Amino acid sequence: MADYLNPQGWLLALLQTLLFVAAAPLLVGWIRLLKATLQNRRAASPLQPYRDLIKLFGKEPVVADTASVIFRAAPYVVFSTTVVTAAVIPLIAVNLPTAAIADVIVLVGFLALARFFLALAGMDVGTAFGGMGASREMTISSLGEPAMLMAIFTLTMTAQSTNIAHAIDFMLSSGFVLRPSFMFALFGMLLVAVAETGRIPVDNPTTHLELTMLHEAMILEYSGRHLALMEWAAQLKLMIYGVLIVNVFLPWGIATRLTPQALLLGLVTVLVKLMALAVVLAVAETGLAKMRLFRAPEFLNLAFLLALLGMLSHVILEVGA
Amino acid sequence: MVLQSAYLAVILALASAAVSLGANRFPALLKSFAFPLLGLSGFAAVGAGLGALVTATTSVARLPFGLPWLPWEVRIDPLAGFFLLLIGVVVVAVALYGPGYVREFQHERHPVAALGAFTGLFVAAMQLVVMADDAFLFMVAWELMSLASYFLVAFQHENAANRRAAFLYLLMAQIGGLAILLSYGVLATFAGSFAFEAMRHAHVPLLWSAVAFGLALFGFGMKAGLVPLHAWLPEAHPVAPSHISALMSGVMLKVAVYGFIRVTFDLIGTVQVSWGVIVLLVGSASALLGVLYAMQQSDLKRLLAYSSIENVGIIFIALGLSLVFLGAGQPLLASLGLIAALYHSLNHSLFKSLLFLGAGAVIQQTHEHSIEHMGGLLKRLPYTGIFFLIGCISIASLPPFNGFVSEWLTLQTALQGVVLQSGVLRIIIPVAAAMLALTGALAAMVFVKVYGVAFLGQPRTRRSRHARMPDIGMRAAQALLALLCLVLGVLPNLAINLMAAIPRTLRHLPEPGATAHGWLWLTPVAPQVASYSAPLVLLGLALAWLLSYLFLHGRRNRSIRRVPAWDCGFGPLSPRMQYTGAAFSMPIRRIFQPVWKVDERIERVTDDKGLRLTGLRHQLQIGDVSWSVLYEPIGRWVLIAARRVALLQSGNIRTYLAYSFFTLLFLLWLIT
Repeated sequence: MADYLNPQGWLLALLQTLLFVAAAPLLVGWIRLLKATLQNRRAASPLQPYRDLIKLFGKEPVVADTASVIFRAAPYVVFSTTVVTAAVIPLIAVNLPTAAIADVIVLVGFLALARFFLALAGMDVGTAFGGMGASREMTISSLGEPAMLMAIFTLTMTAQSTNIAHAIDFMLSSGFVLRPSFMFALFGMLLVAVAETGRIPVDNPTTHLELTMLHEAMILEYSGRHLALMEWAAQLKLMIYGVLIVNVFLPWGIATRLTPQALLLGLVTVLVKLMALAVVLAVAETGLAKMRLFRAPEFLNLAFLLALLGMLSHVILEVGA
Repeated sequence: MVLQSAYLAVILALASAAVSLGANRFPALLKSFAFPLLGLSGFAAVGAGLGALVTATTSVARLPFGLPWLPWEVRIDPLAGFFLLLIGVVVVAVALYGPGYVREFQHERHPVAALGAFTGLFVAAMQLVVMADDAFLFMVAWELMSLASYFLVAFQHENAANRRAAFLYLLMAQIGGLAILLSYGVLATFAGSFAFEAMRHAHVPLLWSAVAFGLALFGFGMKAGLVPLHAWLPEAHPVAPSHISALMSGVMLKVAVYGFIRVTFDLIGTVQVSWGVIVLLVGSASALLGVLYAMQQSDLKRLLAYSSIENVGIIFIALGLSLVFLGAGQPLLASLGLIAALYHSLNHSLFKSLLFLGAGAVIQQTHEHSIEHMGGLLKRLPYTGIFFLIGCISIASLPPFNGFVSEWLTLQTALQGVVLQSGVLRIIIPVAAAMLALTGALAAMVFVKVYGVAFLGQPRTRRSRHARMPDIGMRAAQALLALLCLVLGVLPNLAINLMAAIPRTLRHLPEPGATAHGWLWLTPVAPQVASYSAPLVLLGLALAWLLSYLFLHGRRNRSIRRVPAWDCGFGPLSPRMQYTGAAFSMPIRRIFQPVWKVDERIERVTDDKGLRLTGLRHQLQIGDVSWSVLYEPIGRWVLIAARRVALLQSGNIRTYLAYSFFTLLFLLWLIT
């Protein structure tokens, strides 16, 4: 917060945000490539998501005649909120001035704001699918949010800060210590991330079978640039969770000083870490089947339990030890 | 100045009550005198409150009323000033809203004189409660507040359910009032006087101060609607006229919070950690159960009433944290918790009033109470729709609006639990924080349901299809509150700086220093621990919005083609195909099943031969478990006890004379 008047820092933060936003479709393309390879299918190019977005941006948006202002405003709200969320998260460098704007609780608030408008947009047209998707998405996320915050609390109580940059600094300075609390929190966080970003086994991002979909059901009525913004925001959200996990729990390699070498190293390491995380996700998605909707609460309870165990082990084992 | 302004507020409110008495004969009185006077009273209260907060002074006076040996003392310190401000703001909005809203009652020949008179009395009583500096005036004002609001709840008394709700309210208000009276009694015994000043300096033994605390928690908690003492709230708030519901939910509950803060933080000297834990647990339970019950309601105002229970729970979570830290000797964090609680009180009074006023406008236009019969209202009531949306975002505690800031402060306070010595507390507090997070997430779902079902989609009934815009005063009132929600969300430092004097004057606590780094940054505890810059967040959101809008929208074909909804190609839409509120909340109903008493019936309608299914009937009733677990058994015991006591009443005059005789003998024996 001290150096928030530093113009170089703001410029870097802006560039980092642009990189974040631009790279999000690539991550999705990479995951799809991995999944296709694992499933013995011929994969599309990892650049395919970009092509899809360009195609959608070029198309004429069509809006249902029952839709209200909310429907048209929602893509912009969802997208800009997600972009601001991405701006706050350290991607290749910590100690950028944007990190002080919002701490990790605000970040959860941003994601909730985006979800709020997404759900409203789903209900706006008045189709049964939209309402169904909104209801399910809100249910899953309202169970996921406490688990996520619990995992984050475990971390922040150790680092004595809810600011992500400070938490990363703490992790870096304390060296590689295997804390049981962090392991539990990491597992809890992974489960929540899977649920929140709509991946298997909670939701299937490729499904278009009406009764099984969550996220897709809400954006069924969108087309053209509106749909592109919604899709991009969803890809961005996946990347946000990915970066949050790799950079907060395994921050090594991230640039702490703003020199070109450090930044380059930061970029390379975060890429490698994300690619590795994508492999984990792709393997998990290939190996697992989608659950019934009412199994999802058990899944999220498990996440909460893990996060709670993390908290307990922090209090019992680590404080004062 | 502060005192004069506060007196003026009370006098104007009483004048509004007096003027309203003629409203049955001259209906114009209400519109041209009673409500403007009420509005002026609100302004005077805001002035008094701001004066006390800005100057951080305490003004004391003795009123020439009361009994000879029990004079009425008044005192306005920053805490009282803060609550006067809160009362004033909502009263101003209600005064703007009232003229348009009560027109309907005038058409229907309701006794509007009673409505206006009791509204004025109610407002004056709430202002007096906050100003009182002795238990006598406090209790008189408190009972006046309860009684005036009883008549307001019973306003539409031709409906039997409303009478029942009003009676329940009166009963529980009296039980609560009794507990508060006893609490003051305990304190007054040790102080030797009913004046608060004497109670502050009294030395109360630990056991008795615990008793006083317990009674205060019970009494004020009953008024504030803490679980399980909340049963009256979802019955009474919805049946009052909507602007009164706004006053009751937005303000009266906060007066109860005020009373609790006054007694625990101010009058009872020493605070125990265990009290804080109790308050924290009760608050968490109220927050979670409140939001879960709100989720299953379909009556708009009843849903909002349950949501008030949730928000009062959040306020008590923050108060509980503050008490824990106070007891554990962490004054800085105690001060932070108190600020968070007060901030949430202010925020809740703004957005809940906004939502109740919006609900009133909707109900006036559609004559529907259940959201299942609404739909598509955003297009028909665009202003109300947008302001209601702002209220929904605020109450769902989403950035950048005000509800988020206070919830964030509460979470930050909770995260400082690591400084405590006790391991148990270090576990309880983060779990309570996680419950708070769950509450927040569920609240977002509740308000997606409300807004999505009532304001979006297509109208479900003919009446909601023909809804029209409400009167301009009603819109202005909502605009005022919506604007305040945004301002308090974006410039939290403004509000926190105003509140800074409260912890200091109340208990000599240090200022939390949350605004130490300029107006741009909110930094509770320390900047490296947590920081939030709402103006920059809003700026970032606006920038991102603007860029994406300019890049995508400005270029070509501005007009958007409107077509029938696609809906996966399933043919034309009808309003009946939309998701209903009950369907929306079904997953939660299934996950948290034991919380409610669910009575769900699905009836299959077949043709005469019973072979072909012609329709399905679905009935869903959500009962409050507290009735079957707590209230009904108590009611039964009371009846049984009453029957036992009734044995005394033989109806025989000789028996009664014997009672008198033996009583006399006993008394004579006692005094000799």
